Amino acid sequence: MTKRILIVDDEPNIVVSLEFLMKREGFDVAVAADGEAALKAVEEKRPDLVLLDIMLPKKNGFEVCQTIRANPEWQAVKIVMLTAKGRDTEVAKGTALGADAYMTKPFSTKDLIAQVRQMLDVV
Amino acid sequence: MLQGWVIASVSFAYLGVLFAIAYFGDKRADAGRSVIANPTIYALSLAVYCTTWTFYGSVGRAASTGIGFLPIYLGPTLMAGLWWFVMLKIIRISKANRITSIADFVSSRYGKSQLLGGLVTVIAVVGIVPYISLQLKAVSNSFTILLHYPEIVMPARAEALPLLQDSALYIALILAAFTILFGTRHLDATERHEGMVAAIAFESLVKLVAFIAVGAFVTFGIYNGFGDIFDRAEVVPKLKALMTVADTGASYGGWWSLTFLSMLSIMFLPRQFQISVVENVNERHLARAIWLFPLYLLLINIFVLPIAIGGMLHFSDGSVDADTFVLTLPMAEKQEALALLVYIGGLSAGTGMVIVETIALSTMVCNDLVMPVLLRWKALRLHEERDLSGLLLSIRRWAIAVILLLGYVYFRAAGEAYALVGIGLISFAAVAQFAPAIIGGIYWKGGTRRGAMAGLIAGFAVWTYTLLLPSFAKSGWLSLDFISEGLFGIGLLKPQQLFGLTGLGEIPHSLFWSMLANIGCYVAFSLRTRPDVVEASQGTLFVDVFRNTEGAAGSRFWRGSAQVQDLLPLIGRFLGPERARDAFLAYARRRGLASIDVLEANADLVHFAETLLAGAIGGASARVMVASVVKEEPLGLDEVMNILDEASQVRAYSKQLEQKSRELEAATAELRAANERLKELDRMKDDFMSTVTHELRTPLTSIRAFSEILLEDPKTDLSDRRKFLAIIVKETERLTRLINQVLDMAKIESGNAEWHTADVDLHEVIEESIAATSSLFSDRRVALDMTLAGAVPKVRADRDRLIQVMLNLLSNAVKFCEEEAGRVTVRLGVEGSTVRVDVADNGPGISEADQPYIFEKFRQVGDTMTAKPQGTGLGLPISRQIIEHFGGRLWVKSSPGQGAIFSFSLPMNREANEHQEERKAK
Repeated sequence: MTKRILIVDDEPNIVVSLEFLMKREGFDVAVAADGEAALKAVEEKRPDLVLLDIMLPKKNGFEVCQTIRANPEWQAVKIVMLTAKGRDTEVAKGTALGADAYMTKPFSTKDLIAQVRQMLDVV
Repeated sequence: MLQGWVIASVSFAYLGVLFAIAYFGDKRADAGRSVIANPTIYALSLAVYCTTWTFYGSVGRAASTGIGFLPIYLGPTLMAGLWWFVMLKIIRISKANRITSIADFVSSRYGKSQLLGGLVTVIAVVGIVPYISLQLKAVSNSFTILLHYPEIVMPARAEALPLLQDSALYIALILAAFTILFGTRHLDATERHEGMVAAIAFESLVKLVAFIAVGAFVTFGIYNGFGDIFDRAEVVPKLKALMTVADTGASYGGWWSLTFLSMLSIMFLPRQFQISVVENVNERHLARAIWLFPLYLLLINIFVLPIAIGGMLHFSDGSVDADTFVLTLPMAEKQEALALLVYIGGLSAGTGMVIVETIALSTMVCNDLVMPVLLRWKALRLHEERDLSGLLLSIRRWAIAVILLLGYVYFRAAGEAYALVGIGLISFAAVAQFAPAIIGGIYWKGGTRRGAMAGLIAGFAVWTYTLLLPSFAKSGWLSLDFISEGLFGIGLLKPQQLFGLTGLGEIPHSLFWSMLANIGCYVAFSLRTRPDVVEASQGTLFVDVFRNTEGAAGSRFWRGSAQVQDLLPLIGRFLGPERARDAFLAYARRRGLASIDVLEANADLVHFAETLLAGAIGGASARVMVASVVKEEPLGLDEVMNILDEASQVRAYSKQLEQKSRELEAATAELRAANERLKELDRMKDDFMSTVTHELRTPLTSIRAFSEILLEDPKTDLSDRRKFLAIIVKETERLTRLINQVLDMAKIESGNAEWHTADVDLHEVIEESIAATSSLFSDRRVALDMTLAGAVPKVRADRDRLIQVMLNLLSNAVKFCEEEAGRVTVRLGVEGSTVRVDVADNGPGISEADQPYIFEKFRQVGDTMTAKPQGTGLGLPISRQIIEHFGGRLWVKSSPGQGAIFSFSLPMNREANEHQEERKAK
């Protein structure tokens, strides 16, 4: 079954790059540009993994993460926080809120792909 | 009708009423509900000043010297005005130091000197005895005259009467008994006699009523009013003279000295001091006394002159003594009841004086004369006696009896030589000797004991020589040569014309010399001696009484220790064990302690004990007694001075300290505020750094991602390849812009920016920036309008920077306009002393809440937008900094749905423009 990835970021160009990467890997891709849209998208069609930016309009990434984790139905959804904020406090907060991984921008495409593959158990 | 037994029984009845009032007053006082806590009663009681001298003697004096009787009452009236200062101070001091008599006051002020107290007592007794005999004479005379009703017979000369037939003797004895009953029923710690005061106030009323009654009778009953009397007097030349003041220097001198004497007497007569100071319940009563007492004096003197003239007219043959007119006129008119009333009035006046004066004198004699001697007389071993209160009382009783008998003796021996008034004035002159020591004592800390003693002795000596001895001589005890020839025949030592000073009456003469000697010695000896420890501390206590706080003042200058177990029995010996115990218990309770045993043995306690004892035996003796029980560590004078110095130093130091601490507080507050500001700035810097790094990383992410994608797969789609490379380029540009702007902002804010200031024409600026953004406008198909005023003055600014601002505003306007329908308007004009530019768009507008935010770093208003706004968020803040750097303003006016107008204004460059005008004109 094709895995579904939800990309949440308000920077259009970054979205373009991520979309391209994920599609190249053969995943299904959905996009959301702000926190509320992200939650809506999760509801509509539950993704297998979310690439979650933190600085989002309307609801920020932490809130989205918290909401997803609060819902027992979405326990299986993997959350990878992808953000330019790299301070230790932020990392700790993300992990505490239930993110499965935390990557800082700018990221290495190789590393990102490897991380996603590993999380989705795809060889 | 007026037989002897009637008169006698009426007299006794009146005395009985007085006694009843006194008894009632004392009972109420013991129950704590004082009847005399009333300013009117206080003022009335002061009228004890008016004795039979006033009642009978004023008329007598008026008959011989006209209004020459007035000065005696002018003095007190004038003095009443000064009471608020002098009397208040004396009362305050006396309350604070538990003063019980005038001797106590003087001795206490000058170092609790027993010697001084004794001296004052002796002077008082010697001075007052003649005055007392005057009262005896008046009362007995009035009794005798009334007895002979309806005939009017002048009493025989006193010497002529055999002793046992002399009514005066009996009167003296009765008065002695009465006074003893009145005033020595128990020892009071404060020496107050509330019952006596009530009785005195009553008798003041009685004598006033009686005098006014006879006055009204004479004026309106016998004659037809004041006018009638004075008209008849005009006719008789001798009488006419009475109504004017004689114009000789002697009489002026007489007036002044009499007024002065009575001003002093109203304060320093022992009975006046007793009533006005010792018996004073509340110093605020003084306020009413200041006007009520002079009013009383006025009322009692209104009818004096009419009665005198009436008497002279009626008894024109001169057979009747003028002193007796008050009594003989009603008798002559057969008014029995009125005559009896007048007699009672006179009796009232006399007994009032005698009672208060002898009580005051006996207190002084006991406390300041007898007790010190007895206490020193080791043979009596008095300090081992358990209860001395009985002894004290009997001493006082004997003193009363002796004083009255002395008065009688003087009356028999010398009473006839003078009219009543003359005797009284001699007493006034005696108590006037207290004035320098007392008045000096309350205002001059430099007054010393030696000075006071010297002054008193000198003044008393002069008084004796110029008044007392001549009075003996005129009574036949001494040879009259002594008056006419002077002592040892030396003319300059003539007692009534000392050192050749003639032309003064005997009273003014004596007053002059005695005051000169008194004040001179007081001042001279005080200046030449230093006060010792106790004098200095007492001096401070007295002079600074208004400054000292209550209570603690006295004990500051004392160091020592005493146990309650020692003090209590000591006090008990004088006050009685019961009263002593009660007093100590009250003291302990005031300090919040439950029982006497826990009282601390410190200076306060000793001071308390001393004060308590002073009420019974006087300050000086109390000190001696307490000292015998207490282990005192004497303070040297230097130590006292050090304490005083310290006190003032401490005060100054604490003021300094207060000021310093206030300054410190202010500085701390400032520092705290500065710290807050620094923390705030730090936080802002942190936020800034965080935001900047975030902003920088975002374009970098795209650049890296796409670069890696392209690198990894050479076979990527061409269209994709193109797309990605374009993005990379754009993001690089974005990154560069961002870095530039951040640096720009940092430079401007830190003041390191370079400014190239010159005269700038805004026309050019606008035109250039429009040209630069033309592609933006055409890309989004937004229309641009311009409304530029013609000639606009130049501004002093950096041209490139202004272009930067215009570019920012224009690009914002385009960005936020809708495509196609968008319209941007640029306006340029002059407003007041500034040049103003507006850039208006018809975009969505900015809500009021957001308006302040858009000028903040990295803030962008994006909620209304679907896409994230392009831009760094630094454009507006930088523009504002630029404009404000040149003294201008940048602001926005907008409401949602109405578009936005961004405006900035810059001050005109006056000088340059003027120069340009001038150049144009040329």
